[in-house]
Amino acid sequence: MRAKPWQIGMLTAVCGALLALGPVRSPAAADLTVTSWGGSYQDAQRSIYFEPFKQASGLDLIEDNWNGGVGAIRAKVEGGGQEWDVVQVEAEELVLGCEEGLYEPIDWSALGGKEKFIEAAVNDCGVGAIVWSTAVSYDADKIPGDGPKSWADFWDVTKFPGKRGLRRGPKYTLEFALMADGAKPSEVYDLLRTPAGVDRAFAKLDQIKDDVIWWEAGAQPIQLLGSGEVIMTSAYNGRISAANREEKRNFKVVWPESIYAVDSWVILKNSPHKESALKFIEFASRPENQSKLPNSIAYGVTNKDAAGQIDKALLQDLPTAPENLEQSLQLDTEFWVENTDALTERFAAWSAQ
Amino acid sequence: MAAPAVGSGGAALTGRSLQRQLQRSNRLRRLQAAALVAPLLLYLLLFFLWPIAGMLWRSIDNPELRQVMPQTASLIQGWEGQDLPDEAVLASFAAELRQSYQDKTLAVAAKRLAYESPGFRSLMFAAARALPETPEGSWRATLTGLDPKWGEPLTWAIIQRAAAPWTPIYLLAAIDHRLDANGGIVAAPADQAIYLGIFLRTFWIALVVTVLCLLLGYPVAYQLAALPPRQSNLLLILVLLPFWTSLLVRTAAWVVLLQREGVINDLLIKLGLIGEPLQLVYNRFGVYVAMTHILLPFMILPLYSVMRGLPPHYMRAAASLGAGPVRAFWRVYLPQTVPGIGAGCLLVFILAIGYYITPALIGGANDQMVSYFVAFFTNQTINWGMASALGAVLLLATLLLFALYARLVGIDRLKLG
Repeated sequence: MRAKPWQIGMLTAVCGALLALGPVRSPAAADLTVTSWGGSYQDAQRSIYFEPFKQASGLDLIEDNWNGGVGAIRAKVEGGGQEWDVVQVEAEELVLGCEEGLYEPIDWSALGGKEKFIEAAVNDCGVGAIVWSTAVSYDADKIPGDGPKSWADFWDVTKFPGKRGLRRGPKYTLEFALMADGAKPSEVYDLLRTPAGVDRAFAKLDQIKDDVIWWEAGAQPIQLLGSGEVIMTSAYNGRISAANREEKRNFKVVWPESIYAVDSWVILKNSPHKESALKFIEFASRPENQSKLPNSIAYGVTNKDAAGQIDKALLQDLPTAPENLEQSLQLDTEFWVENTDALTERFAAWSAQ
Repeated sequence: MAAPAVGSGGAALTGRSLQRQLQRSNRLRRLQAAALVAPLLLYLLLFFLWPIAGMLWRSIDNPELRQVMPQTASLIQGWEGQDLPDEAVLASFAAELRQSYQDKTLAVAAKRLAYESPGFRSLMFAAARALPETPEGSWRATLTGLDPKWGEPLTWAIIQRAAAPWTPIYLLAAIDHRLDANGGIVAAPADQAIYLGIFLRTFWIALVVTVLCLLLGYPVAYQLAALPPRQSNLLLILVLLPFWTSLLVRTAAWVVLLQREGVINDLLIKLGLIGEPLQLVYNRFGVYVAMTHILLPFMILPLYSVMRGLPPHYMRAAASLGAGPVRAFWRVYLPQTVPGIGAGCLLVFILAIGYYITPALIGGANDQMVSYFVAFFTNQTINWGMASALGAVLLLATLLLFALYARLVGIDRLKLG
């Protein structure tokens, strides 16, 4: 019997799916494997850190990329077949993994001492690599004149009519809501640690519930803003600057009341290349190397001496520019490690009502 | 079976030996068949049944405390629940708390305990940091001095429950229930009772999508079956084209079409039908549209395959016996396509309840389906117990629906192609 066309289609679909899973590339026995976040960010890291380090050290460095999650780290460490040596992790993964003993302790003396780095970059298990921000962003071509200046403006739907974009989930959202309600950045987490503070944040969110489009992936807010779907949105600052540079957009980042956090380099427990790993982190933390990063992507650097070597024109776009830093709030990792589950359930219940 | 025995010494072969020979050859044939099917069975066992069994097991598994604090876990089982556990249990707890803090395994146990009481994590870590090596007075006084919570029986009841070999908390949480202080089952507070609503929403969205697919797919399948093969094959390719495109691409394409300044809104405004752009995406409407489009081929193909096999003269016979087109369709054609309708609806419905990426990208916050939360617990909070429990409840609900369907429609009337 001849195959019906749809059977061939089904077969093609299955084969396609199998192909998409792809041949699994197993990193050969290299001297060092470094894992970061992929995309344009890793492209920048490659030219600034990876390639020059290979040249300078003569070591064979290979790359991998990942999408985060402490579960992935746990699998690598406990799974035995160690492939990753150095990984760039988010603040929460740093805290959780450190508590679980998934990382090697950092020898800070090899890096020139803790005092060389900004406070948020120093941890027993990791070395801060970049500082990123999430902030109100808007298209200055669509809001000429005075744009929003705070989360209170973001909540003001009469002054700025239109939809708003926010990340789906309680993280950042509750902080923003409290600041919109008049809380000072410095008191946000103290408030959130009380039930009344959480109630207050959700009550504030009620006010704009019908005006919010919730985004999920970091690239979405840029797309929402670019297509005019939203009049303003929370977004990661590096992507905003990248859209301005690469797509000739006129997006603005509102620095006051933004939230910043640090991504860190860690060395996985029982890495066979501990020494090379530390050497690489030292190389990537040198001021002369770090200061090149903002040329490619607008994230702040962690070595205090690097800040002075950054082009003044670029500096103002970075989360670490002094005038940006002093108006913003650092993400309280401990708070979210403790409360993510409970608040996520509450957020889901709230959004379903 | 009753073939005459033909052999070199036909007369010598008794009936019995013939029977034995026949049995042997039958057995051989059965073995051959089994050997041919074996790889598939093995595959199903390894990659289908085993993971499902693993998921079901994980939804009640309770290993954390027994791994991190083995001695305390076994000692505390003897506690009656009155007052506080005795000094030996507390001493073992204190020792294992300090040890696990040093070994960096405490986080695993603390995280498990925090599932039942959110403050537990910091309670454990604060105690681990501050506990002295030897008690000041008694361990009871030392612990209670650190935090009055250590003096509450509820704290120890939670630890006792977490030390049992299995736990119902994940499955209970998946149906909006929890354990109270005495271990009784109570409803979860309103701000945490979300999952029953989400299951209902999941089934509702799947049902709407299935009905939409049927309404849209039935006429298409009919047309395809009625056309001569050359033309119908060409049209079938059009139905199948979406199959060859990635799900993600199709979903993203719908965002482009439906968004505020997208193709559809632009067209409607240019035609003067609307003044302001409509909100077509990031809401339930967008989810219905995109999911219906993506799942439509799964409805059309089984319908088409059933309709193709229907003899056209039944309809002619109905007409010649005086039935009008509507009556002939309703009484003669439609009943014959029920196996296709059943198969198509079942396929679409079962695929739809597992949808994750399309609602995540096209839906709003209250359009998310169960899979969204499974992914959330798997990837973000690494709470596999909860992810498994949601999966288990979804599986159970689906099986119940399937049983209901089998009762109402009859499983033997299913035709998948």
